[in-house]
Amino acid sequence: MKMAAQVIDLQKHYDLGPVVVKALRGVSLDFPEGDFVAIMGSSGSGKSTLLNLLGGLDRPTSGKYILGGEDVSQMDDTQLSTVRNQKIGFIFQSYNLISQYTVLENIELPLHYRPGHPKLSPVDREKCERMAQRVGLGQRMDHRPFQLSGGQQQRVAIARAMMNDPEIILADEATGNLDSVTSIEIMTLLRNLNDEGRTIIMVTHEPDIAMWAKRQLVMRDGVLFKEIVNEVRTTPQSALAAQEDKAFVDDEVAKATLAALPKTASADPGVVSGAVSGEKKSDNSSKKK
Amino acid sequence: MFSRVIRTIQLGLKSLLLHKLRSGLTMLGIVFGVFSVIAMLAIGEGASKQAQKQIVALGARNIIVRSVKPVEGSSNDQSGGGTPRYGLLRSDLRRLQKTIPEVVSAIPIRELNREARYRKFTMQSRLVGCTPEYQELNQLRLSKGRFISDTDRASRANVVVLAYEVASKLFPIEDPLEDRAIQVGDIYYSVIGVTEPRNASAAIGGSLSGQEFNKDLYIPIETFRARIGDQVYTPKQGGMDSEHVELNQITLEVRDVQDVIRTSEVVRGTLEKFHPQKDFAVVVPLELLKQAEQLRQIFNVVLGSIAAISLVVGGIGIMNIMLATVTERTREIGIRRALGARRRDIIEQFLTETVVLSGTGGMLGIVLGLLTPFAFRMIRSFALNFVLDPKTLSDTSKMFQEMQPEVAPWSLPLAFGISVGIGILFGLYPAQAAAKLDPIEALRHE
Repeated sequence: MKMAAQVIDLQKHYDLGPVVVKALRGVSLDFPEGDFVAIMGSSGSGKSTLLNLLGGLDRPTSGKYILGGEDVSQMDDTQLSTVRNQKIGFIFQSYNLISQYTVLENIELPLHYRPGHPKLSPVDREKCERMAQRVGLGQRMDHRPFQLSGGQQQRVAIARAMMNDPEIILADEATGNLDSVTSIEIMTLLRNLNDEGRTIIMVTHEPDIAMWAKRQLVMRDGVLFKEIVNEVRTTPQSALAAQEDKAFVDDEVAKATLAALPKTASADPGVVSGAVSGEKKSDNSSKKK
Repeated sequence: MFSRVIRTIQLGLKSLLLHKLRSGLTMLGIVFGVFSVIAMLAIGEGASKQAQKQIVALGARNIIVRSVKPVEGSSNDQSGGGTPRYGLLRSDLRRLQKTIPEVVSAIPIRELNREARYRKFTMQSRLVGCTPEYQELNQLRLSKGRFISDTDRASRANVVVLAYEVASKLFPIEDPLEDRAIQVGDIYYSVIGVTEPRNASAAIGGSLSGQEFNKDLYIPIETFRARIGDQVYTPKQGGMDSEHVELNQITLEVRDVQDVIRTSEVVRGTLEKFHPQKDFAVVVPLELLKQAEQLRQIFNVVLGSIAAISLVVGGIGIMNIMLATVTERTREIGIRRALGARRRDIIEQFLTETVVLSGTGGMLGIVLGLLTPFAFRMIRSFALNFVLDPKTLSDTSKMFQEMQPEVAPWSLPLAFGISVGIGILFGLYPAQAAAKLDPIEALRHE
């Protein structure tokens, strides 16, 4: 099978003066074309470092990183920039759209940094529009990011990541800022891309989300701890069904709680869902630390 | 390549337009810097043109020798306490005419301040004894009648040509040429001509005071000598002031411009032998012209430097804002880097923004600069009408009244080039700071 990306004994050390932090202590991974991988791990496990290296945003201390048949581990900044532009599509937790640009302009952005900086051709523009329609934003191409919901912004980011037909798509906590229904939307989009043969590598700490992937790689202390192959993958259908169940359960729980409570307490069912999303947020912030 | 430049500029314009107020305020520094460069140079140019015009009016081929009253006390040895005797002599005139071959003509003048009277009208004026050549020498035009002639000189005729202001003061209604005679001192002169108004010449250097032609009375120099004489008495507080002067001024015309400076040295040398008390001064308009040229250059350098300082201040303002912008847009830089922008692309982007900023500022500054002459005229008329008292105007402010700022065409591209250069110079550091950012750090930036 052809490899989209391959890392061989990858090490990354951070020299912080008195101490040297070994963030990655020798990781070897193969990502065949059409792979869908979720990288899991607690904070400090090295998964962010790995993602930065895979994304060509950083260079390893030692080891090799072969992307699309090319060793990119020792490239200089300019070459790496081209690699990022041509071979990697980024999707971030906080979308990272340029706020003063419209949806279409954001999608166009990677085209401006193509090697040789060719002018945008009518074909390019058409492709951008097709991409916007593909992610369901055909009617909102002139909107600016602040006029869009989180899910819509993330869809713009996905369209942008697809523009230069990358070897791999890197998603860093792509659903981290989204509610569960919108997360399903985004994951469905990624799943569809994967079904078309795209290689997707995503970092997440949510087991639900990781279940969408073909396999999970769990990192711990800078090494690969274990690999789990998802025998039963989450599909859009199963996710939606589970979502409905959960909503039903939530609803039932809310009703039961309401009935049990004395009349003085707040009877807003939103409290329950608020508690759920609040938990999610605290989870995120702990991950950031 | 070209389309890429255009696109980068479009990009720059776009992000500048996003912060209109900030961009506008940043631009102001450059706008005023460029404006002041152009305005200062225009005013400098106007002032020097004005000075040059006046010097040229004196004649580049002329050498002017004037009598100078020696400092009190130093002339005692000659006149022995009576009437002080000083200045150029008629013998000097003949000597200069005959001994210096380069001198084409020598025109003597005798002048005296006297009151002119016609019936009840009087006016303080300057009685000038001169020759027919005086008219051409000072570019006097006549509105009525004729100037004095050689016949008038030969016959020592009591004829006078009135300058414009004198004529209108003494003859507010009547025609001065209708067989009228005016009285100066106790002598009557019949009017033969009236001049057109003529602008006064400014004082140049210390030795040549400004001439106000409009208050003159011109009579033949021979008449002056016959009727008034060399020794004149002027009433003053507590008695009479007397002095003995033969000629007040001799204007020598030299054949060739190249000989002017050398001839002036010869003239000085010749006169010094007969005037040990240094009661004369030699003024060379050509020399003044050269001095004025040097002065103009100094003027331009000084004014230009002041303007350049304001441009630098504007540039520092740009640098300041761009550095703040880089910090504010760290995340955007990170996004662009992640999407494949090279360091060079980031430098180009920020540099373009500063150049567009300073270039636009430069354009606005040029537009403002082109309005300088109008603005100057408005300020001047305001100053003359409300601030300055016309009666107390000195020679300098008269110059201010008459000068016209002239926008030097070469100052426009210069000012624009400097403003763009400042944009590049002061944009380089923020742009490099932006490009140096680590993409990972930049993406993490809130």
